[in-house]
Amino acid sequence: MNAILFAYMPYVLLMTAIVGTIYRYTTNRFSWSSQSSQFLENRALFFGSFPWHYGIVLVLLGHIIGLLTPSSILAWNSAPLRLYILEVSGLALGLLALFGLLALAYRRLTNNRVKAMTTSWDVLLLIILLIQVATGIGNAILYRWGSNWYAATAVPWMWSVLTLNPNVEYVANLPLITKAHIFNAMLFIGLIPFTRLVHVFVINIYKYLWRPYQVVRWYHRDSQTENIIQYK
Amino acid sequence: MVMDIRAQLSMSFNLDKCIGCHTCSISCKNIWTTRQGAEYMWWNNVETKPGAGYPLTWEDQERYRGGWEVSDGNLRLKLIKGNKLRTLASIFFQPNLPTIDDYYEPFTYDYQNLFNAPAGDDQPVARPKSLITGEFMEKINLGPNWDDDFGGSPLYASNDPNLKGLSDSQKEMLTKFHKLFYFYVPRICNHCLNPACVASCPSGAIYKRGEDGIVLIDQDTCRAWRFCVSACPYKKPYYNWATGKSEKCIFCYPRTETGQPNACAHSCVGRIRTVGVILYDAERIEETAKLPDDKLVDGMRDIILDPFDPKVIEAAKKAGIDENWIAAAQNSPAYNLFKKWRISLPHHPEFRTVPMNFYVPPLSPILHQAKADRGGTFDPESTGFFNEIDKMRIPVKFLANLMSAGNERVVVESLKKQMAVRIYWRRKRVGDISESEVKKALDQTGLTLQDVEDIYRLNSLATYKERFVISETHRESKTTVDPRMMYEKRGTIGFGAKKKEFIGRQW
Repeated sequence: MNAILFAYMPYVLLMTAIVGTIYRYTTNRFSWSSQSSQFLENRALFFGSFPWHYGIVLVLLGHIIGLLTPSSILAWNSAPLRLYILEVSGLALGLLALFGLLALAYRRLTNNRVKAMTTSWDVLLLIILLIQVATGIGNAILYRWGSNWYAATAVPWMWSVLTLNPNVEYVANLPLITKAHIFNAMLFIGLIPFTRLVHVFVINIYKYLWRPYQVVRWYHRDSQTENIIQYK
Repeated sequence: MVMDIRAQLSMSFNLDKCIGCHTCSISCKNIWTTRQGAEYMWWNNVETKPGAGYPLTWEDQERYRGGWEVSDGNLRLKLIKGNKLRTLASIFFQPNLPTIDDYYEPFTYDYQNLFNAPAGDDQPVARPKSLITGEFMEKINLGPNWDDDFGGSPLYASNDPNLKGLSDSQKEMLTKFHKLFYFYVPRICNHCLNPACVASCPSGAIYKRGEDGIVLIDQDTCRAWRFCVSACPYKKPYYNWATGKSEKCIFCYPRTETGQPNACAHSCVGRIRTVGVILYDAERIEETAKLPDDKLVDGMRDIILDPFDPKVIEAAKKAGIDENWIAAAQNSPAYNLFKKWRISLPHHPEFRTVPMNFYVPPLSPILHQAKADRGGTFDPESTGFFNEIDKMRIPVKFLANLMSAGNERVVVESLKKQMAVRIYWRRKRVGDISESEVKKALDQTGLTLQDVEDIYRLNSLATYKERFVISETHRESKTTVDPRMMYEKRGTIGFGAKKKEFIGRQW
């Protein structure tokens, strides 16, 4: 069972994500959108979207830093006070995200206009996200100091998967709720190409911050895009 | 002097002739926006002024924060105060975005009920149904042209942001039946030289076409961040809530590329619209957009170049502008109205986007308000046949707020010139005005006899080809479009629809 969930499924879902995303980007780029519904409803969205995005983006950032350089997290955690700060702020951000997500779910299911725009993919996505955030918070409360043991369990497991040498040992003995968190995260990744989640990949921050304000396209000049005005 | 000559298609509107029939809006809608998610969009709409407009009070930039502002000598987007990091910070929720309730909830009627209702004591009715939710609506609160012709309404007209700075007696005229005034302002996208929508787009999806200046939204690159809707002070990009893409007026480029006028201009029954090419110096856009309010209109006239100047022609050819485009620029109604005769004005130049559509301000009803003051009797002998400009029913200040960033001088110049044309033709046709009065009018406005004849011709008798001087675009020799893609969207309007296999919606 562990082997199926943590040795085979990761590849199935990762491949779905990669192949599906590339396929969608090349064949149906028009569908690539964040599908914002602020235009239809903007009061409840404020209480949902802000906490959700800021909470989840920062928490995700923490996970990624832990995955890439687990030693830096361990070094930070070497003093108990710093460990407390990291854990407490992680938990707070998780709760913030949960609050936002619940507000978003409530809005999506009660506002008639937004409901009319809701697809079954959106509902599925909401369920997956709710499970993900709930199990994450459960982990943080029930099995404390996750930022420490994460480096010794999930991180090496992820690296073993990424280096095509999956070693289920690392995660086999984790509590059920943690396993659910990990597997659900993979489901989430697999869902990317089918939902509005694709919008995560399109913010080209570099391009936006440093491009000139104005964009001009010519069809008879060599470069497709030529910029005219460089405002300060 | 460094010059970067570019060509721009520009539409002019003679407000004196607009009767507010909305034919333009209908022809535009029939071609471009009869799709789910686009029902509420009117790429071309006609507003009654004074009035709240569409979306409601769109001119109020305290609320919407559209357009640019100058701070510390730099041009900055008002929306984000020039700080792009702030844009990214508000990408999850935009405080200044109008919602569908500021436009109107699109609706249809339950017509079937008229046929299918069971026999009863009352006449069956067709109840309104929302086109978003499909549910019955209690009441329609807002719709297209909702305040149409409500010039005297305290509910709509008195909310017009352009009434700022008017005296109490002028404002009083809004509600006095014999004195009230209103006129129509047809609006399409201004295809600005310094578009705020382009500047605000985090995806870089919006661009200005180099060859003809048309501003377009790349539907495959748009990611629904909605900044264009907030940043455009004219509220002319619209968010399609169904496809999750923004759309806007495309200046009917499939028509203009083949030399045909836009659908709105073509269908205008009052023939108020003209379309022409203007040549401008792109190097000076920024300095023009930064000018103080009272110099904006003159500054915009300055960057438009004289198409007869041999130096300009030479530089234009060097810049790759086709000969037929230069010829079109020399016959351009837009150039004549805005630069040569100086009778058309931009719409809200104070938004600093350097808009490229121009409006001839309306003359008021010929009989001035003095008539109303005296209980209906009017004596041309003692008061002069035509209005004194300052006694016009439409306050000059109102027109200046609308079209010249509050600069009354350029408005008066335009009105006086239009009046001079009338005086000249009154003398010629009716003969009850003295020669000296005609001479005085011409001397005062600096118009030549030829100008007067030409203005008259363009505003009244001009044929289709005189009103629409549009050259074909020579795409055949220099297209960068992959020929295999060229026919992909043939037979469609080009705005995509969701494909079923990925998103399980019904369209």
